[in-house]
Amino acid sequence: MRKRIVITGMGWITPLGCEIEQVWKRLLAGDSGMAPTTHFDASKFPTTFSSQVKDDFDLAKIVGDDAAKRHATASLNSRFALGAATNAWRCAGFDTAPPSDMTRVGIYLGGGEGPLDFFACAAAAVCGWEAEERKLNTVTWAKVARERLNDMREIEQEPNQAASHIACHLGVRGPSMNTLTACAASTQAIGEAMCIIRRGDADVMISGGTHSMIHPLGVTGFNRLTALSTRNDDYATASRPFDRTRDGFVLGEGAAMVVLESLEHAQARGATILAEVAGYGSTADAFRITDIHEDGRGAIAAMKQAIEDAGLTPSDIDYINAHGTSTEENDKIETLAIRKLFTEGGKTAPPISSVKSMLGHLIAAAGATELITCVLALRDGIIPPTMHYQNPDPNCELDYVPNEPRKADLKTALSNSFGFGGQNDTLVVRKFVA
Amino acid sequence: MHNEKRVVITGCGVATPLGIGIDALWEGLINRACGIKPIAAYDASGFKSTLGAEVPDYKMGDYVPKNYRKSTKVMARDIELAVVSAYHAVKHANLITKCLIARDEATGEPSVDSTRFGANIGAGLICADLQELSGALQTSGDHATGDFDLQKWGEDGMTHLTPLWLLKFLPNMLGCHVTIVHDAQAPSNTITCGEASSHLAVGEAYRTIARGSADVCICGGAESKMNPMSVMRQELAGRLVEGRDADPATACKPFDTSANGMVAGEGGGLLILEELEFAKKRGARILAEVTGFGAATSISSWHEPESDGAGMTLAIGNALKDAGLKPESVDLITTFSTGINAYDDAEAASLKTVFGEREGVPAIALKGVLGNSGAGAGAIDLAATVMALHHNTLPPSANTASPSTGGLLRFAQDEPVDVKVTTAVSYAYALSGSQNAAIVIRKFEG
Repeated sequence: MRKRIVITGMGWITPLGCEIEQVWKRLLAGDSGMAPTTHFDASKFPTTFSSQVKDDFDLAKIVGDDAAKRHATASLNSRFALGAATNAWRCAGFDTAPPSDMTRVGIYLGGGEGPLDFFACAAAAVCGWEAEERKLNTVTWAKVARERLNDMREIEQEPNQAASHIACHLGVRGPSMNTLTACAASTQAIGEAMCIIRRGDADVMISGGTHSMIHPLGVTGFNRLTALSTRNDDYATASRPFDRTRDGFVLGEGAAMVVLESLEHAQARGATILAEVAGYGSTADAFRITDIHEDGRGAIAAMKQAIEDAGLTPSDIDYINAHGTSTEENDKIETLAIRKLFTEGGKTAPPISSVKSMLGHLIAAAGATELITCVLALRDGIIPPTMHYQNPDPNCELDYVPNEPRKADLKTALSNSFGFGGQNDTLVVRKFVA
Repeated sequence: MHNEKRVVITGCGVATPLGIGIDALWEGLINRACGIKPIAAYDASGFKSTLGAEVPDYKMGDYVPKNYRKSTKVMARDIELAVVSAYHAVKHANLITKCLIARDEATGEPSVDSTRFGANIGAGLICADLQELSGALQTSGDHATGDFDLQKWGEDGMTHLTPLWLLKFLPNMLGCHVTIVHDAQAPSNTITCGEASSHLAVGEAYRTIARGSADVCICGGAESKMNPMSVMRQELAGRLVEGRDADPATACKPFDTSANGMVAGEGGGLLILEELEFAKKRGARILAEVTGFGAATSISSWHEPESDGAGMTLAIGNALKDAGLKPESVDLITTFSTGINAYDDAEAASLKTVFGEREGVPAIALKGVLGNSGAGAGAIDLAATVMALHHNTLPPSANTASPSTGGLLRFAQDEPVDVKVTTAVSYAYALSGSQNAAIVIRKFEG
C-alpha cells in the first residue's frame, strides 16, 4: 500500500497578516493587501503599488531574540520563510515534542532568490559606465562593487538560502531541496516533498515557498513584460482575476509553509491531522517562453495527473483554487483548461476562486499560500471569494465565487500553479478521513 | 523499493572549458589539458582573481531549430550552456527529438512520447548581463557619485531594457528552453541549490522514472560564473585563488593543504536517464545504471562548511543504502573538492567517516582543470564518472599529488590509469547553503 501523506502544520507570512486564523478571516471578508509600495520609491514606476507584508511581521517574536540575532543577515524572503516554517513547526507540535530522528525530516522549498542589493549594484554600474565608448569598464565596476557590496548580503541572495536557514534553525538533517520554477515553485515543492515521503525517504517534510520580488529590478522586470496591473488610482481592487477589465497581476510577497508527514508517523505521535495531500501533477507546456499553450495543453495534463494520482475523477473535485493571476492570458486559458477537463459530457465545473484578488501574487510562495487556503476551506466548508469581480468576460464563463464567500460541503479541493515559461503544477488535497 | 523501475544512463552532453560534447571533455581529461586560463570574457585586471575556466566559443544556431534562433537572443549564458548540453545529450543517446527532426538531422518520429519525456535541470543564481544592465542603469544615475534616481528610472530609464529582459534570468528558463526545443512535456523541475543542484536534479529524475512518471528525463545542470558579478561574489566570499601571478595549471589544488582556493568557471552537463526496458526496446546503448540517490542537510551554517562533513556523510550513506551497497563495494569516488581548504577538509573528514581505513580507492577530482561551474559542476562530474566506468579508465586529476585524504584516495596523476571499476559514487554540496547530495552509478550488467 502506498503511504498516505497528511498535513499536520501550517504557517504563513502574508500581506494580510502572519497568523493562520487572522488571515483566513480577512480572506473571507474580502480584504485587500494592496497599497502603495514602500520598499523603494516606486512613485514614477508604471506600477506604484504592490502587496507587501506589513509591519505586523516581527521575526524575533516568532523565533525568539537569539535566533533572530543568529539569522540577522538573512534576506527578506529567508526571514519570511523562517517565520512561516517556525509557525508551521509549532502548529505541528514539534516545538514541544520534536521528531525523534531528525535525519528523517527534510525540507523542500520553492524559495525565490533574495532581493538584489540594488543601490550598490546600480552605483557600480553607473560609475563603471564609459559614456563615450558605450561600454562598462569592469575595472571601475570592480572597484565600486567591492566597496559597496556586502559579502553576506550577496550569499543571502542564493535561492537555496531560505531552506538552509530553516535547516539550521530547526536542525533538519534529511533530504533538502529548493526548486525555482517561477510561479509554480511552491506547489511543485509540496508535490515533490509528498513523493519523497511516499517513497519512504523521509517521514516528515517541511515544504512551501517564499519570495519577495518587490524591489526595483523585480518590478522593472515585470513592468517591462507588461505583466503587472497599472491601476495605480484604484490599487485596492487592481487584482481582479477573471474580470473582463483585469490588466495584470499585483506583485505580492511572503511565505507559506506546511509540515507534511506520512499518515503512520502522524498517527503514531497523535498529531492533529489538518488535511491529506492526495495527488500531484507536473508538466511542461514545452511551447513558448512568453506564452501559455493556447489550448491549455500543459495545464490540463497537470490537473489530470494530480486527480488520477489521488485516485479520483474530475467530478470528485468540489473546489478549484485557481492560479487566477488577473492577467489576460492566464485567466482565459486556465478557464479553458478547467472547462475542457471538468465539463466533459455535460458536467458542471466546480466553483473556482482566486485569492490573488486579495493577496496579490506571491510568485514562488503563491502555491503554498493557496494550498493552505484550500485546507482551511475544506475544514470550514466555506469557499473564499474571488474579489473585485464585476464585469463578466465572455472568455471566462465559469463560477468564480465572486465577491462573497460561499458555504459548501467540501471534501476535495484542487490547487493550480502555472509558472512563466510553461511550468504547470497541480495538487489535490482532501479532508482527512481515516 | 522492489516495485520500482530500473534507470539507466544512455547519453551525456556537456559544455565545459575543455570543449563541447562528451568526447571533447573525456579526451581533454585523458590528455591532461587544462581549462583554466586568464579570463577572456571581460577585463579582469581589477579583480583579485584573474583566472577563470571558460567554455570555448560556440554558435547557438547549431543547437536549436531554425525557427527558434530568435529565442536564443533571450538566453543568459547559463541557459545557452544548458541548451548546448541538451543537444549533445540527445545526440549522444541517439534519441530522435523534435529539435533534431526540425534541423534535418534525423527523420521519422521522436523516440520518446513527449508526455513521457521529463526534465530536471539545476540552475544557479543567474547574473544579469552587466553590459546590458549598466547601459540602461546609467541613464538614471550619476557617473561621478554613483547616486541613482529611482524616479527617473521609473519614468523612463527602465525602457532601455528590452521588454523580455527578465526572462533571460529566471532560473527555470534553462528547463523551459530545453523542454521547448526538444518537446519534453512530462514532469519538469528546476533545482536551485548551488553546487548541489545537478546531483539533486539527477536524483529527482531518477525517482521520477523509477516511480513510472516518465520514461526518459534529461537532467543535470548548467551555470556560468564567468561574469564580473559572479566572480565578485566569490571574491567577497574569500573563495578564489588570488594573485596575478598564479599559474593556471596549478592554481586549483583539490584536497591539497597548500591550496589557495577555487577558480570560478562555467559549464553545463545534461544526462539522458531512461527506464531500462524503454532503453532496451529502442536498442539504446546503455552507458551505466543509476542505482542510488541520497540527499541530506548540513545544520552548522548556511554559508560555511560543516567541519565534520556530517551532512555529506549522511547523503553518501543514504545513497549507498538506497543502492543496497556497503561502502566497501565502492571502487570509484568522484570527489567534489574545489581547492578551498575549509570545504575540502570537511569533505575529507566525511570521506574518512564513510570509507574508514580503506586505501587506494580510485578517485577523480576535476576542479583543478575545470574550475567550479556551480550548478553545472555536478553533472559534469557525473558525466566524467560515467565515462570512467564505461572506459575502465581513471583520468588524471590535476594537482592532487599530496591530498589531505592521505592513502584513502588514489588519483591518477599525469597519465590515465587502467582500472576495473563497477561502482562509483559522485557527490556534491552547496558552498553557500546546506544541501548535500550523492549518486551511485554502476556499470550496467544486464
